[in-house]
Amino acid sequence: MRLFIFRIIILLAIINFISINTYGSPLVKTEKDKVQDTISFVSPFEAANNRCFKCHGQEKYEYTNETLGRQVKDIMCSERILHKNEFYSSNHRSFSCTDCHSEEYAKFPHSGELRMEQKYNCIDCHGGDEKFAKYHFEEIESEYKQSTHFKMEDDGFSCWKCHNPHTYKISVRNANNLKETIAYDNAICLNCHSDYSRFQLLSDKAEINIIKEHDWLPNQASHFANVRCIECHTKINNNIAVSHQIRPKAEAVRLCNECHSKNSILMASLYKFESKEQRRDGFFNGIILNASYVIGANRNEYLNLISLIIFIGVLIVIGVHIAFRIRNKSKTFKEK
Amino acid sequence: MYLYPKWIRAWHVVNAVIFLILIVTGLSMQYTDKENASYVVGFAKAVRIHNFAAIVLVLNYIFFVTGNLLTKNGSYYGIGRKNFMSDLVKQFKYYSIGMFKGEKHPFPVTEERKFNPLQKITYVLALYVAIPLLIISGLGLLLPEITITTFFGISGLILTDILHITMGFFLSIFMIIHVYTCTLGHKPTSLFRGIITGYHVSEEE
Repeated sequence: MRLFIFRIIILLAIINFISINTYGSPLVKTEKDKVQDTISFVSPFEAANNRCFKCHGQEKYEYTNETLGRQVKDIMCSERILHKNEFYSSNHRSFSCTDCHSEEYAKFPHSGELRMEQKYNCIDCHGGDEKFAKYHFEEIESEYKQSTHFKMEDDGFSCWKCHNPHTYKISVRNANNLKETIAYDNAICLNCHSDYSRFQLLSDKAEINIIKEHDWLPNQASHFANVRCIECHTKINNNIAVSHQIRPKAEAVRLCNECHSKNSILMASLYKFESKEQRRDGFFNGIILNASYVIGANRNEYLNLISLIIFIGVLIVIGVHIAFRIRNKSKTFKEK
Repeated sequence: MYLYPKWIRAWHVVNAVIFLILIVTGLSMQYTDKENASYVVGFAKAVRIHNFAAIVLVLNYIFFVTGNLLTKNGSYYGIGRKNFMSDLVKQFKYYSIGMFKGEKHPFPVTEERKFNPLQKITYVLALYVAIPLLIISGLGLLLPEITITTFFGISGLILTDILHITMGFFLSIFMIIHVYTCTLGHKPTSLFRGIITGYHVSEEE
């Protein structure tokens, strides 16, 4: 018998601890993989854009220096490099470079003054446009103006610090794999918050160690892989898809029950796009189950009911047993 | 009759306290909402206490299993004997009818037989089936990165959690029944005294 029980325990242990790789897919694809998967778009401005990509699409560029009278090879500044594949899989892929940049860039060498050109912000194109009305760009703009990032606008903060206009793509709305979306969105924050050289461009604050700052969070790695930074660091706005009102550190969500409860805020943020289906197979917040499992937020109604019935049943049986014992005792006492 | 040596009593009292802590904190994690957060253990505190208590439970369980392997205590849990099922029925009938008619206990406690058949089966199920499953599934939740992501299309964490809370529930029910059946000794308090002092008082004594 002992051997049988031992075998069962070992079998269950093996089933439980089979590595992720056996059944699951890798959690996060690299940016390169994603790009290769999605390239199928042919731009109407391909030929014109190629004139820019010829130099800006790679790490080195080559031109004829007429003064020296020879070909010169040089390193392209990393900030000015844009990979063609990344651009053609981004949201702005159908644009010509000169839709946003000056036609003057067609000339080489580029005029130094062009560097001072005014860059468009999201609202400049998307604001007041019927076609984009459902995305509430005006509200996004107003949320941003109340966010802690807005305070740094004079120091150079803009939409582009988070949403690179050349590579940005909407992720959560078209998400097939929520974990990829989470990794993509968190990378936007980490781009500055875990890279001090970028962070310093906008702030004089000392370097922040994200891991250390979140020491208090149980199962930190699991939280980082399963929720976005903005779940705790923004104020939820039901009118827009992704809240843009980043709150100061002191106002971040620290109460576990905000997510780990029946009324989980994740239903109004991370799972908003799917939250129409609140219950599935008897689970509260069943939709969360599609991608993850949140203790306290996924309660199974059937299991709750069954356990309540068993619990009450046991109490009734004990109650009846006690009643019979009392009756029996008083009967015996009377007989004596 | 001296039945419960010191190590058993020490294991038992630690187990009892840890179980109560795990039940309260476990229920708090599963059912705490923003509205009731003040009158049950808060989620963060519940997680910390639950994790710590669980590790103590595992160590205590290893201590118990080792003790059972090294001493004769392990032999009290044998359920593979002949007529076990009919003995089980006999014991059940005694609790439900016999004891009210003043019948004698069908399996009185002796130094060779510490438990009646009903105790044996429930203790074996609780200690050798439910607790190992509870511990394995608990480890899967404590270290979610080692838990399988999907198992036949269902999230591994959900299955692990359902197994964990189901075992936790059954062990909680076991605890209620266990405490109640402990009032069925010679006097309602005799068996409680026994597990504290180590001496069992039977009807014959």
